[in-house]
Amino acid sequence: MFETVVKVLADYKDLSPDDITAQSTFEQLGVDSLDTVELVMTLEDETGIKVEMNEKLKTVGELVKLLEEGRA
Amino acid sequence: MSLTIQGTGSALPAQTITNHMLAQIMDTSDEWITTRTGITERRILDTESLTDLSVRAAQNALDDAGIAPSALDLILCSTIRGDTITPSLACLVQGRIGASCPAFDLNAACTGFLYALDVADAYLNAGKARHILIVSAEAMSRIVDWRDRATCVLFGDGAGAAVVSRGDDLLGLRIQAQANDQWLIARSAGGSCPYSGEGDADTALHMNGQEVYKFAVSCVLDDVEWMTRQLGITPDDISLFVLHQANKRILEAVRARLKQPAGKFPSTIEKYGNTSSSSLPILLDEVSRAGKLAPGQLLFFSAFGAGLTNGACVLRWRKA
Repeated sequence: MFETVVKVLADYKDLSPDDITAQSTFEQLGVDSLDTVELVMTLEDETGIKVEMNEKLKTVGELVKLLEEGRA
Repeated sequence: MSLTIQGTGSALPAQTITNHMLAQIMDTSDEWITTRTGITERRILDTESLTDLSVRAAQNALDDAGIAPSALDLILCSTIRGDTITPSLACLVQGRIGASCPAFDLNAACTGFLYALDVADAYLNAGKARHILIVSAEAMSRIVDWRDRATCVLFGDGAGAAVVSRGDDLLGLRIQAQANDQWLIARSAGGSCPYSGEGDADTALHMNGQEVYKFAVSCVLDDVEWMTRQLGITPDDISLFVLHQANKRILEAVRARLKQPAGKFPSTIEKYGNTSSSSLPILLDEVSRAGKLAPGQLLFFSAFGAGLTNGACVLRWRKA
């Protein structure tokens, strides 16, 4: 799941995948709250998982966790 | 399908409130608002009433259509909240423009114009009317929570109108609703009844911006897919996408997924913000008056809002 999130995020924001870690915050990556929604929508389409938005999402790792919980 | 749009009109308050002005009274900035919403300014009612605004929009639409108020068979207003709880905004407009037909309001939040178009379609189809005036008018500045910097900056006031008559230019229309009082809600004020509990003091608008954004993008895309399939056309056949003006980034997200050029997505969000149900008729009036429409063009309308409600239609433009 981490790799999928990194790929989608790197494509969306034109970032190098090497610069993205689980600890990276969205703020550091220049990802605002609506970008997060865009990411979740793209990831939902790619994975078939449906999640509820959580305004408190701060890091890439937290987004990965949210998606993994949605799959369970 | 039973109608054609004979004329359009709009009216905006004279008072302009820029992002810079908002930054003087709350913790926000032009950069924050512009990058997240595309909005640079909005209009807010000052001395004019919402009824005044509605009457101006209505008269513009009647002039554009070349139809006298006495020829109207119905006046439909969409509004979340008029100047008065009763009489309805529609009745006040009826009196001011000098019409004598039945008049009533409906509330479908930001989707109000398309709900009104659906009612008009039914009246015209049933032979109950020949000419109907639709006015969508909203004073969002009276509903938003001015202490909530994340939402109050998004909205503005405005009124848009359309005169619809019998015709065959409405090619498809669908309205939907799914109850949700969590993501977007503004409660009514309590009364003074001595036998009831205290009214809820919090009457301001609350919004879960992320969920509403997600709802908006997915329902517009779903409406485009459903409508184009019904009509056997593709998004390429649509000349203009007249979408509810809630956020520039919603428009852009939809445009990118449909792989359509930016020129097909006219907008007023920059200068008026989100004016709820009035945004569609205001936008339509502006593109019409700017000469951007030609007879025979297919226009796709889509709106979404509290309820949750959403709606879409495809209309063939007729006016030269």
